[in-house]
Amino acid sequence: MIPRYQRFLFAILLLASLAMGVALWQLRERAHQRLIAGQDSAPTSAPEVAPAEQATLLVANDEDSSLTAQVHSLPLPADPGSRGRAVLGKLLDLYAAADATHPVPGGGSSVTQVFLLPAPELGAGAHSPAPAGDPQQGPQLAVVDLTAGFAASHPSGIETETLTVLSICGTLHANLPRVTQVRFLVDGQPRPTLAGHADLTRTYLAGDAAPSEGTQP
Amino acid sequence: MAALGTGRSGLTGWGFDPVARVRETTWRLCRKACSLKARRANETLSTAFVFALAALAAAGQLAGAQQAPAGPQARFVVVLDGAHGGDDTGGRLAGGQLEKTFTLALSVRLRSLLAARGIQVVTTRDSDAGVEANRRAEIANHASAQACLILHASESGSGIHLFASSLAPVEPARWPAWKTAQAAWVTRSLALAGVLNSDLLHAGMNVSLGRTSLPGLDSMACPAVAVEIAPERDAGHKTSADLDDPDYQARVAGALAAALLEWRTEAHQP
Repeated sequence: MIPRYQRFLFAILLLASLAMGVALWQLRERAHQRLIAGQDSAPTSAPEVAPAEQATLLVANDEDSSLTAQVHSLPLPADPGSRGRAVLGKLLDLYAAADATHPVPGGGSSVTQVFLLPAPELGAGAHSPAPAGDPQQGPQLAVVDLTAGFAASHPSGIETETLTVLSICGTLHANLPRVTQVRFLVDGQPRPTLAGHADLTRTYLAGDAAPSEGTQP
Repeated sequence: MAALGTGRSGLTGWGFDPVARVRETTWRLCRKACSLKARRANETLSTAFVFALAALAAAGQLAGAQQAPAGPQARFVVVLDGAHGGDDTGGRLAGGQLEKTFTLALSVRLRSLLAARGIQVVTTRDSDAGVEANRRAEIANHASAQACLILHASESGSGIHLFASSLAPVEPARWPAWKTAQAAWVTRSLALAGVLNSDLLHAGMNVSLGRTSLPGLDSMACPAVAVEIAPERDAGHKTSADLDDPDYQARVAGALAAALLEWRTEAHQP
């Protein structure tokens, strides 16, 4: 004869097992629905490409040690940092081309990121002051993060390294006029020189790289 | 490690050395004092010692007067900084030559040319040793030079590239900041670059002038120019003189030496 309390215990355990089974089934259904919902959110149409805009690139020339302004049409994102990265990518693509006037291997992927920060004061008259009453429109410091591969493969020499640095500074300033100062990192770390010559530890004034004359190809 | 070139003081060149004269007199007095009798030895030696000190002080004053710049003609020092060295090989040039080797050879050649013309030369290195950028600037500043040439070489571009510091010119300060010491000298550096440019052009070379930020250069408190030598190329980009061409090296060194002689002449004009 089974005691009464044992029968009650068996019934409770059976009910608990059934309840747990139902809960498990519901959880499984929810996970399945979530998976299906995820599949629904997958892109079914191509992302919109940023409209092509005119970008001014300061292209270096080793023959006469000059920087020449060239206007190119390329898709530019709205975000200023991404915009800076896009124009520098185009500039370095020109340098990586076979007929480059300033041959530097690496191409557009050599710029990992361009960070934009409020520019610190460098001293009186070092750069144009921010417009009064609107701190959001003040001068900016651009931090350009290059890849170590780009620095390692860059030709060594004062002239070629200086032209690369100045063309990057000038191109940023031409397309993002609020950028007045530029600093460089390589793989996210400070580096003494680009390829043994041009100093990468200092802050460059973007306005120093103004070209003498501009051309439009 | 600094190496000093030739130097010559004005008075000794005429056969009269006042320092040697005073020392000789002092030595004679000491010997005389020591030859006296023993009972008066202590007193005499004390007197001789005081005498000797006074005489040496006088000699020091004379020597100071001798080394003081009697005029710009008396002292014209050039610092030659052969870039790179040691583990820092610099760029790789045509024929597998390293930039550090080329700059050292050019520095030695230029030092000989300048020393032969009576110019005192200080080099930042005269062997394959690594010298830090700050140490190079220390050597240049310690020498109180009238011209500092930082020698580089590159396969990029054509001819000779002259670079002055990109620092904005400022008025000389009593205690200039180390990293921007060159700012007070930028105007003179640009003038030196102009003289170098003129003489290199006169020697038939392609020359370009520019501004740059170079480790070491911005800390130099003297007229300083970075000279980068590249192969000579003609209008069709064909190399007409490579960096390992001895004739090209001799022409570059000769033109730089001539420019420094002209710079000395300009510096001595009132």
